[in-house]
Amino acid sequence: MRLITLLTLSLLSTSVLADEIWVTNEKDDTVSIIDVETEEVIRTIEVGERPRGIIFAHDYSVVFVCASDSDTVQVIDPKTGKVLHELPSGEDPEQFVLHPNNKLLYIANEDDAITTVVDVESRKVIAQIDVGIEPEGMAVSPDGKTVITTSETTNMAHWIDTETQKIVANSLVDQRPRHAEFAHDGSELWVSAEIGGTITVFDTETKKEKAKISFEISGIHRDKIQPVGFEKTKDGKYVFVALGPSNHVAVVDPKTYTVLDYILVGRRVWHMAFNADETKLFTTNGVSGDVTIIDVDSLKATKSIKVGRFPWGAAFRPTSG
Amino acid sequence: MKHTITSTWAIIKREALRFVSQRGRFIASLVRPLVWLIVFAAGFRAALGLSITPPYETYITYEVYIVPGLCGMVQLFNGMQSSLSLVYDREMGSMRLLLTSPIPRWWLLFSKLLAGTLVSIIQVYCFLTLAAIAGITFPVYGYLLALPVLLLNGLMLGALGLFLSATIKQLENFAGVMNFVIFPMFFLSTALYPLWKMAEASVLLRDICAWNPFSHAVEMLRFALYGQFNSLTFVVVLLSLAVFFLASVLGYDPVRSGLARKAK
Repeated sequence: MRLITLLTLSLLSTSVLADEIWVTNEKDDTVSIIDVETEEVIRTIEVGERPRGIIFAHDYSVVFVCASDSDTVQVIDPKTGKVLHELPSGEDPEQFVLHPNNKLLYIANEDDAITTVVDVESRKVIAQIDVGIEPEGMAVSPDGKTVITTSETTNMAHWIDTETQKIVANSLVDQRPRHAEFAHDGSELWVSAEIGGTITVFDTETKKEKAKISFEISGIHRDKIQPVGFEKTKDGKYVFVALGPSNHVAVVDPKTYTVLDYILVGRRVWHMAFNADETKLFTTNGVSGDVTIIDVDSLKATKSIKVGRFPWGAAFRPTSG
Repeated sequence: MKHTITSTWAIIKREALRFVSQRGRFIASLVRPLVWLIVFAAGFRAALGLSITPPYETYITYEVYIVPGLCGMVQLFNGMQSSLSLVYDREMGSMRLLLTSPIPRWWLLFSKLLAGTLVSIIQVYCFLTLAAIAGITFPVYGYLLALPVLLLNGLMLGALGLFLSATIKQLENFAGVMNFVIFPMFFLSTALYPLWKMAEASVLLRDICAWNPFSHAVEMLRFALYGQFNSLTFVVVLLSLAVFFLASVLGYDPVRSGLARKAK
């Protein structure tokens, strides 16, 4: 009897403490929550219209969701799944990034060609920065001094000084830049170009182009190979690049900037998130409405899980330890 | 008892010797599925579309999909070739002597089946090795679990060949077997396309594929390669083996078959 009780308690504690991946479903107005261990959807919560960007506070106390068609950023309690309040985000927020100070949220307003800076504590807009047309990709440097906005139509990465909240430089990239990320040590900025089919690597010190990565998958037309979201492992071994309608994720060596492999996933792969120890990568596949799990060690897709319609963004939430 | 085992061993040894000496047959058994894998699968890479069906848990390339079907193809061709060689063997070769020995006829036929199956299993594992070199791999336990499935599949397909050999009087009729047995069995199965893809073309085609025992042999192997057991396919293959083997034994019964009439 005692053994059964212990077993039940241990099972319960495992299910309670299992880490999660949160996935926004663009056409369902929901967020699907996946248990990292069991690799199953354990909860689905209702959010605002057309949820896209999703990010957790650095202490994981709240989660921010860009509800694009509701023109707001919703602040949600991850434990209850309830919307606590909304932040003024400007029109059509798509992607955003949280400053390392856990206070300022930089939001790309696609329709207004603006980057809005919101103080998440006072819930007030503290600045609106004019950027190029259709801003989307957002990144913040590890030291918090620079924020990047990429504009899809202007084909630029805008370097924003976070002290003055002003653009200090603009870098041309290939057509339709979608996503930007700094290297973990802040020495490089990577920007993906959806139509251009490339990733441009910049040296952050000089803001000059350092390398360009192209993709080629045999049997798939070049037009379908559209790099969008990408994620870097902390050990500097791999960068995984979602290649949109080519239904593949590219594995890039960030030291040599060469493509090591292509992994087949679901249709129109968009964004990704790692689990805690970066052994699993979860990709959102918009058209097929599922999330594919990639085993990082073997670089193989192991499972695809049905979520809502048009999954878009993904974020990791640790619940153990 | 000793004689029966000796006869089985002799048949297996003879089949193995024939396999070793016929290098062309061995190479052909590997080239055939390899051509399908390299040429056909490359051309139809995108033809499968996107749908996850068990035992797969995620998206796979077409090359990965057709490997179990091509293993089935190796066993299908081998089963037919091995069993149909009896047409010649029972007239001119050593089987003629064995068939007239006091050892039970069904046992001799089973030994022949077993010998052919063992050869086909070697061929399949050689093909799987080449597929692995080409980057198409399965879990290690999958390769092990495939062994009993390959044995059962080989026996079933060999039994079908045996039954056909009982009805064929001349080896020249092998072309007819190719056209009317091997090709329909292979193409109207899940070896090349899953059932849902067949259903898109025609529901009748899908139904034929679903009833084809070769489909069940391929699917049983597909599941086994991923460490899963599919009971339906197992039952269908086992029943097919029983039916084909019984029909072969009856076909080789001198009282019932034309062999007796010929002897007269």
